[in-house]
Amino acid sequence: MTELLTYPFMQRALLAALLVGIAAPAVGIYLVQRRQAIMGDGIGHVALTGVALGFLLNTNPVWTAVLVASLGALTMELIRWYGKARGDLALAMLFYGGMAGGVMIINLSPNGSNASLTTYLFGSVTTVSNSDVIAIVCLSAFVLAGSLGLRRQLFAVCQDEEYARVTGLPVRLLNLLLAVTAAVTVTVAMRVVGLLLVSALMVIPVAAAQQATRGFAGTLGVSVLFGVAVTLSGTATSFYADVPPGASIVVLAIALFALVTALAAPLAKHRARRSPAEVVAGGGPARPVPAEPAGGEAGGTAGGAAAGASRSKGSGSASRDGGFRP
Amino acid sequence: MAAPETVISLRAATASLGARTVLRGIDLTVDRGEVVALLGANGSGKSTAVRAVIGQVPLSSGDLELFGTPFARFRQWRRIGYVPQRSTAAGGVPATVREVVSSGRLAHTGLRPLGRADRAAVSRALELVGMADRAKDSVNALSGGQHQRALIARALAGEPDLLIMDEPLAGMDLTSQDVLAEALREQVGRGTSVLLVLHELGPFAPLIDRAAVLRDGLVERVADPESLHDLACHPHDTHDAEGAASAIRTGLSVSEANPGTHV
Repeated sequence: MTELLTYPFMQRALLAALLVGIAAPAVGIYLVQRRQAIMGDGIGHVALTGVALGFLLNTNPVWTAVLVASLGALTMELIRWYGKARGDLALAMLFYGGMAGGVMIINLSPNGSNASLTTYLFGSVTTVSNSDVIAIVCLSAFVLAGSLGLRRQLFAVCQDEEYARVTGLPVRLLNLLLAVTAAVTVTVAMRVVGLLLVSALMVIPVAAAQQATRGFAGTLGVSVLFGVAVTLSGTATSFYADVPPGASIVVLAIALFALVTALAAPLAKHRARRSPAEVVAGGGPARPVPAEPAGGEAGGTAGGAAAGASRSKGSGSASRDGGFRP
Repeated sequence: MAAPETVISLRAATASLGARTVLRGIDLTVDRGEVVALLGANGSGKSTAVRAVIGQVPLSSGDLELFGTPFARFRQWRRIGYVPQRSTAAGGVPATVREVVSSGRLAHTGLRPLGRADRAAVSRALELVGMADRAKDSVNALSGGQHQRALIARALAGEPDLLIMDEPLAGMDLTSQDVLAEALREQVGRGTSVLLVLHELGPFAPLIDRAAVLRDGLVERVADPESLHDLACHPHDTHDAEGAASAIRTGLSVSEANPGTHV
């Protein structure tokens, strides 16, 4: 295992993997919270155009990718605001456009071909250069400052946007910041996991962590731990098995998710036994899905059937009348 | 503050949701320390009126002032505690009750971390709604009524001068409603003003100073405390009483729909 660390290229790759393992779940958690888990994927597609542009202009593709991916993410955010009706189609077109643009530009550039894109699509440990490492360190610092420094603000915005606006938070600004942060994260991660699989690293550690946690801070901490564990072990696997690191990291992440899911069920049972308050009158046991104040609350009372038929706002009065009125 | 301060002043407000005009010229004032209820049938514009007051539905005409400041220049969000109607406070990631309630302090803390006073305010708000024992549980594990109480605690955590609540009793059993009425009484005792949308007055009745009954985007009538008393205590006995009849028709239509559930 220690022989890994004797190769300078592996030192660079592992440092990059460590930073990506921290940054990707730290940003991904907000996308998952806002139920936009797929956004990282879209940004990845758009970033491909940026990478190709780097080849065309003969500069480090990391920086052109940051630029194009950020523009793409801002566009997606603007579509989310204004284009409610056909927003999904507009987003899909942005994905396709990013992919097509990347392939087209790379073939126009003098020293590029589809093959040069492969290391960006699936990641590559051997090609992480010194200048890449510098870029990754700087960009990770930006990402972590934003996603951890503003975590209470971003949490509020992603949890309940309308409430956040009434709190006086600059919601639009925070949403744009989150979009740019996500774009930068994608670019940071592309050297290690690749653009096609980067979204997995933003989503799977969070999905795995939340099986075992009850709070946001806990989920954030555990998902970063999971992220670091799979990026480091996946990069090492990639070295020994000679496969692209993106593939080994994501396969390991899914295995970890499956393991945590299998362990989470007994854990939840244990917790339920410990806190009998969970089963209060009429409320029923813990609900897996976010509960709306719907008819369920009134279900145990005499007025339950009628309340279930009426709109949710009626259930409170129905249970009152049915249960307690002398 | 000697003179009665006007906390909310909405004048001749009209607003549309999409192509539908929901508010057709509403006048609404809430003075300092006053508790004003909005009643009315589904679709009468209660929620839209409340959301217009907090600037979440733009007015197409009319004036809105909060704490004497025209809305365009209003920045004192920390003075407002808002409880939305249907909870959107359930994201794709678990969050504890305490974490959600702590968001209520953001207007006070800004970028600095939660201090001791902030944590104390959060604990106090949790106690007020009787949710202190659930502070570490995930909000996703709560029942509808408990979830609603958590959202009320979130608004109370900011120690607001004005509470705006959209159907705070939705999904709550009688015990929770009484807990909440008690919490509200304490807030009002400190001079907090309250604007709330209700479907029936329930245990809130003694607290309410005025009730505006909305119908088709207009204030149909403003009920005074005496008729409020009848409305609250004998909603069905006073069926024919001249004053209360219209309020029952519009405000209590849900109970009307289930007469069989009454004993």
